[in-house]
Amino acid sequence: MSSLTIGSQKPKRSTYTWLFFLLPSVAIMLVFFIYPILLTFFYSFTNLALTGEAARELKFVGLDNYARMFQDPTVKVSIWNTLVFLIGSAVIGQQVLGFLIALLMKQRNRTFRRVIGTIVLAGWVTPEIVCALCLYSFFGDDGTLNAIITSFGFSEVTWLFTVPMLTVILANIWHGTAFSMMVFQAALDDVPSEIEEAAVVDGASKWKIFTSIIIPYIKGSITTNAMLVTLQTLGVFGLIYAMTGGGPGNSTMTLPIFMYNQAFVNYQLGYGTAISLLLLLIGIVLSLLYIRSMKE
Amino acid sequence: MKGGKRGLMLISSALSLSLLFGCAGGGQSSEPGSPETGEAGENAKTVISVTFRDDGIGENGAFYKWLKEVSASYPNPDVEIKPTPIQASEGDYFAKVALALKSTETAPDIVTEDTFILNSDASAGYLEPLDDRLQDWEDWNNGSFIEAMKKGVTASDGKVYGVPYNTDSRGLWYNKEIFKQVGLPEDWQPKSWEEVLNAARTIKEQAPDIVPIWMNMGKATGEATSMQTYEMLLYGTGERLYDDASGKWIIKSQGILDALGFVETVNKEGLGPPLSKVLNGQAGNTASREYLPQGKLAISLDGSWITGNYLETGAAPWPEYKDVLGFAPMPTSEGQPPGSITLAGGWALSIPSNSKNKDEAWEFIKYALNKDNTQKLVTSSGNITVRTDVAKDPGYTQMPFNEIATAYLQNADFRPSQEKYPEVSTQIQTMVEAVATGTSPQDAMNKYAQDVTRIVGADNVVEK
Repeated sequence: MSSLTIGSQKPKRSTYTWLFFLLPSVAIMLVFFIYPILLTFFYSFTNLALTGEAARELKFVGLDNYARMFQDPTVKVSIWNTLVFLIGSAVIGQQVLGFLIALLMKQRNRTFRRVIGTIVLAGWVTPEIVCALCLYSFFGDDGTLNAIITSFGFSEVTWLFTVPMLTVILANIWHGTAFSMMVFQAALDDVPSEIEEAAVVDGASKWKIFTSIIIPYIKGSITTNAMLVTLQTLGVFGLIYAMTGGGPGNSTMTLPIFMYNQAFVNYQLGYGTAISLLLLLIGIVLSLLYIRSMKE
Repeated sequence: MKGGKRGLMLISSALSLSLLFGCAGGGQSSEPGSPETGEAGENAKTVISVTFRDDGIGENGAFYKWLKEVSASYPNPDVEIKPTPIQASEGDYFAKVALALKSTETAPDIVTEDTFILNSDASAGYLEPLDDRLQDWEDWNNGSFIEAMKKGVTASDGKVYGVPYNTDSRGLWYNKEIFKQVGLPEDWQPKSWEEVLNAARTIKEQAPDIVPIWMNMGKATGEATSMQTYEMLLYGTGERLYDDASGKWIIKSQGILDALGFVETVNKEGLGPPLSKVLNGQAGNTASREYLPQGKLAISLDGSWITGNYLETGAAPWPEYKDVLGFAPMPTSEGQPPGSITLAGGWALSIPSNSKNKDEAWEFIKYALNKDNTQKLVTSSGNITVRTDVAKDPGYTQMPFNEIATAYLQNADFRPSQEKYPEVSTQIQTMVEAVATGTSPQDAMNKYAQDVTRIVGADNVVEK
């Protein structure tokens, strides 16, 4: 009897307590996440500007900002550049390189793992802007890379000017690979060695073990990691802004840089917020794709 | 055990809540630019905050030093002048100022405004019209200010929103030693664009290691590309950006093609700097602080202020500049009247609408921009003056190039005082960079026409 009373009390209490304990995080989410997004959504339908006549009087302009976005050829260029940067530096660069490093480090001795791990981590713990300056001076006209190749008798290459997209992609790979490496290290450590040993006994080749055991086993980590680095890379601003400023021309103009230019160089905050929503939309679509692929 | 867990959860939720309110509290604390009064009590002083741009050199900046000096000598004991610089690149400064001016919490009492953004900030209602106050200021009405300079601080509504304190002119800086070496006249006065190009061609032939002519041509150099390069060329063809009579932006014309043609020729014939150096945010400094003093550059189309770098207190001290450099006027395209052209910009002191101490701010502006103080500012910063009395003063004219640069102002033109100008200007930069990197002038102009039409509306553009 007594146990029944306790049993009926328990769920009653927990209905309210979970709500109570959830409140702070919900409040934080509302104030710092939901509210700004709603505000951004609202402003994207206005002529909000930093200066000029429009700054005096906020007006609804309907879908003007969106119409302008679809007519603006630079938006198309920026979307394309964002995708190139994303696939080059995150999906292929950081993921594949991070995976390879993790794989090569598997079952090596501790000293080896520590030394290599620390070196790769150095890029990740370096703040973005410091990272940008390091790589700017590495790829710059009078930079380290040119000093190295000229000492071998080759002529100087203006890296940041001739292959700007490649330089920012390499910079982002250098900066971000450690994250993927750590995720994959943890995942690979979880693959039970018994299964691998059993496969070896059965005479499976290394490649077969890799494709039939390791990959399927860590598939979940691969998609989760892909989603995380994708979302991180979509928002990269400081690195590109400091290295190339989106130029030369529009060759490294990604959506975050374009948005910044519209909002704070051209002072068109309304248009800038519309672009930021486009960026958000791309992020949501990609996340959904990843989540769907995870379910399969 | 259970109690411990619950306690932990309570603490953590309390912590997150305190974080939340901590943030909100942080937002309310006063910003460096906010007007505030000094210690309460009988001797409370009115604090006048003055916001200006610090390009990274902090208290060694010419404006900072000048402000310290002027406030030290300011006779009103009830007022304290507080410098509240904004450290930013030139582009970011305007955005940061606009944000600061929006609120009474952050608006300073006096702000330095570039005349190019002044009209936009005035249209936004950020600035206080000064006409009533100016009426009673003798200096403003007795011809002490160069009349043409008042145009730069007058917004499209016809009201004056700032008191100018410096201006600039633009022309062709050239290295006399290089000119002598390749057999060009040391007292160079080109009469047309062709003569400028021919001089550059001679230098390329005779001294292949030297960059013949430098003009800023990239988006990264922002307004410098629009004003020092494109507008100097365009206005030299007799064309303008904006047709005052019809109130429309000119989006296609022979003048635009000619101006872009000059940029094309310079790059096609290899007369300009390497593109990797010039399409770079640092390009302006590379030319004035490195290439020119090191004798690696012969001609530079740039502003009168670059000599500020060469003063003892400047960023690249170069005592010999007085003898090595020459400053020639930029000729019109074919030498047509008025023969040469320059564009003038400059800076002004304005009072934000959100200032809480407008009267005290105005009194200080009158003092800070009197003849003596203006002269101190322009001579220490390498700028040229907007005051006729300073222009005649021997202390000013003995500074190298000041007299020439001031004389160029006679034919000075200004950028259109239209609030859309800053946006059109970015399209100009895109157009010039496109031509520099190989797009034909015709294609670049077509794209410019499209983009400007989108920005200002189809009713506000005209083709010539």
